[in-house]
Amino acid sequence: MVESHRRCDPHRLELAVDIRNNNPNKLNKKRREEAVRNSVAAACAAAALFVGAPAFAGWEPTKPVEIVVAAGAGGASDQMARMMQAAIQKNNLMKQPMVVSLKGGASGAEALMYMKSSEGDPNKVLIAYSLIYMLPLSAKIPFNWRELTPVSVIALDQFVLWDNSAGPKTVKEFVAAAKAASSPFKMGGTGSKREDHVLTVFLEQKTGAKFSYLPYKSGGEAATQLVGNHTESNVNNPSENLEVWRAGQVRPLCVFDKERISYSSKVTDTQSWADIPTCKEEGVDVQYLMLRAMFLPGKVTPEQQAFYVNLFQKVTQTAEYKDYMEKQALKPIFLTGKDMVQFLEEDDAQNKALMTEAGFVAK
Amino acid sequence: MEALGLLLHGFAVLLTWKTLVLMMVGLVLGIFVGVLPGLGGPNGVAILLPLTFTMDPTSAIVMLSCIYWGALFGGAITSILFNIPGEAWSVATTFDGYPMAQQGRAAEALTAAFTSSFIGSLVAVLLITFLAPMISSFALKFGPPEFFAVYLLTFCSFVGLGREAKHKTVISMSLGLLLAGVGMDTVSGQLRMTFGSAELLRGINFLVAVIGLFGISEILLTMEERLALRGHAASISLRVVLGVWRDLPKYWVTLLRSSFIGCWLGITPGGAIAASFMGYNLAKRFAKDPESFGKGRIEGVFAPETAAHASGTSALLPMLALGIPGSGTAAILLGGLMVWGLNPGPLLFVEHKDFVWGLIASMYLGNVVGLVLVLTTVPIFASILRVPFAAVAPMIVVSCAIGAYAIQNAMFDIWLMLGFGVVGYVFKKIGIPLAPFTLALVLGSRAEDAFRLSMIGSGGDLKVFWSNGLVGSITTLAIALLFWPLIDGLLARVGWTQRARPAPR
Repeated sequence: MVESHRRCDPHRLELAVDIRNNNPNKLNKKRREEAVRNSVAAACAAAALFVGAPAFAGWEPTKPVEIVVAAGAGGASDQMARMMQAAIQKNNLMKQPMVVSLKGGASGAEALMYMKSSEGDPNKVLIAYSLIYMLPLSAKIPFNWRELTPVSVIALDQFVLWDNSAGPKTVKEFVAAAKAASSPFKMGGTGSKREDHVLTVFLEQKTGAKFSYLPYKSGGEAATQLVGNHTESNVNNPSENLEVWRAGQVRPLCVFDKERISYSSKVTDTQSWADIPTCKEEGVDVQYLMLRAMFLPGKVTPEQQAFYVNLFQKVTQTAEYKDYMEKQALKPIFLTGKDMVQFLEEDDAQNKALMTEAGFVAK
Repeated sequence: MEALGLLLHGFAVLLTWKTLVLMMVGLVLGIFVGVLPGLGGPNGVAILLPLTFTMDPTSAIVMLSCIYWGALFGGAITSILFNIPGEAWSVATTFDGYPMAQQGRAAEALTAAFTSSFIGSLVAVLLITFLAPMISSFALKFGPPEFFAVYLLTFCSFVGLGREAKHKTVISMSLGLLLAGVGMDTVSGQLRMTFGSAELLRGINFLVAVIGLFGISEILLTMEERLALRGHAASISLRVVLGVWRDLPKYWVTLLRSSFIGCWLGITPGGAIAASFMGYNLAKRFAKDPESFGKGRIEGVFAPETAAHASGTSALLPMLALGIPGSGTAAILLGGLMVWGLNPGPLLFVEHKDFVWGLIASMYLGNVVGLVLVLTTVPIFASILRVPFAAVAPMIVVSCAIGAYAIQNAMFDIWLMLGFGVVGYVFKKIGIPLAPFTLALVLGSRAEDAFRLSMIGSGGDLKVFWSNGLVGSITTLAIALLFWPLIDGLLARVGWTQRARPAPR
């Protein structure tokens, strides 16, 4: 106990750092020492904040760390995990390598059960999104996010209503066309009884138009199916449709948020994210933002938690992260500790209300 | 020829000592992960991916694609030597490759496999080089009905063209379809046949099943029968390699047919897996003496390997142009590209010309270097068979177990693998073919999803499968193949053909 308290002092770290740093690369050494010292200092502070009492600081992973992705290859979660993997590796934020492990089976339930069964293992970190609330409700998966260890909320993701660039040009025209169509418009999305499906149901309620919802395996698939004219629309995250938007194959109609996206640099020749009107502006008052948050398995120690809080805080300060946020039109946010838990509880309640109203809660 | 100029530029970038060395390293690593059953392509590439983060983009891409090639080549080795397919598309290679190895013709089978891999990939790379823009728009034509039609075609060709008793094929396929339904149902978002077990939530992993069905059951059979791997005296020399090559022209129809099937299914997003099965089945169908297939016929190695690699290679095209990976390994490769900010999409070919053509050039080079490398190692791999069975068997079982575990890090999968081993043993004893079972397991849930999405889209109208020329002709072809034995018989009775044998040889 005394030992670990002493190690918390960043100025007494010299020895520990030297032993750990047997990398011959002298140029990086100083930077890395500094990084380690800062990280230990911050981790100590954070750990002290969390538990108040005995802080075992200076923990760091001794094995490669797995970022568990609860979705398929190329989806928004996967892309984000790759970005973090690269940011951590390129900026030397951690000694151990980080590997991305795709566990998108069973609509992401595979990842949740994997985290649940990895209790006490500090080398796995989940990149979570709204499925942590929705899957237990719709499919009765025996999972509760409160059993995991929250690390931080790192971003909020938007949803946009898209149609094929050959389709209607505004929300009003789109709704009118959907109502006039002889068979319901096809709405592509990811998974069943999840965020995309919920948005579709609320879109139906607010506009009176009918849609047939087609659940695909990934947002990427939903995007190509829209381009190929196999569906009339989708409600993909910005990142999932970015490339086809830039190629002029799809058109954003409105964003499901109370305010416009803040990024105003041009994405296509003529438009930026900020040019997309909100759905409310267009007369369809549907709003939804989705969390992107990191979790550790349950029963890890406070200093292990503190290490990751610190790590992801540093990730949010890298150029890679900032660039990614802007390019994929994510809302930057960093919540941890009590703030995060409070956010999660509120978000959970809100998602539950939406799911209940949409009729997606399993009896 | 703009494409040719860009390609030459790509070669110019790649032809340095540094990249050639990286290429060799990538290939060796790739072959190594390909050889470990179960660890196979996807996991191996995932493990090796971070190696490339510290490199410059060109080197990273070369390394990654060579790991990919290596894994593709390596998959054939275990299929032939131990009857354990590493990837879904290696399954059909075991049908004749393994019997060949048992007859002491392992070196011949391996040479055939590597050579046909090379030919298949080469045809596909040529296709990518010259037809890339056209093909990406073709892939966009595939919606749920088209996907279902392709899967249906694969299933039907199995029943209609297979030589096994039809009812046994159907039984085997139905069991596979049943097991494919375990786990989360994407369309309704509900769990099926999990009986409250968290382990079954994931569904039954195809590779776990295959390792058990083929690898473990083979060990069981071998133990029962003779306690020795037959054919340890594999003659190994340059002469074997040249001998196989000399005979190549005889099989040009098979090679061409398989390349065509492979390319076609490869650019159909997600269709790559079906290619090797179809290549094999058609070769068998059109052969003079189909009975000799499955007993160690070299054509039975040529056909699936050519098709598998043509499809594996051309599957990179939808991945680059549309962001839809055709296989597990391609999916990991996709992730690797995104690290470099190279987001797959229609604009990749326009905005990152250097990268795309560098990658295509590295396909050519990687393929050639890979062939040479892998052929020189044939003697080493073939000599594994000289080791006494008592020593090899435990090692195979252990590496099967590690492979099964590594796929999802689940202990449960090892038990599942052993269970499938017993199932495979029983199936072989009572003469139920394993191939339709594995095919149904791997394509079952995709086919189901595609069918149900088509039905949601059309409001339950089956006419959607004839709603345009593309889907209509695939569906019609599928149904014709299903009833092929009847049609064939009718034609013969009318006197149109004498027992139809369409491929002139």
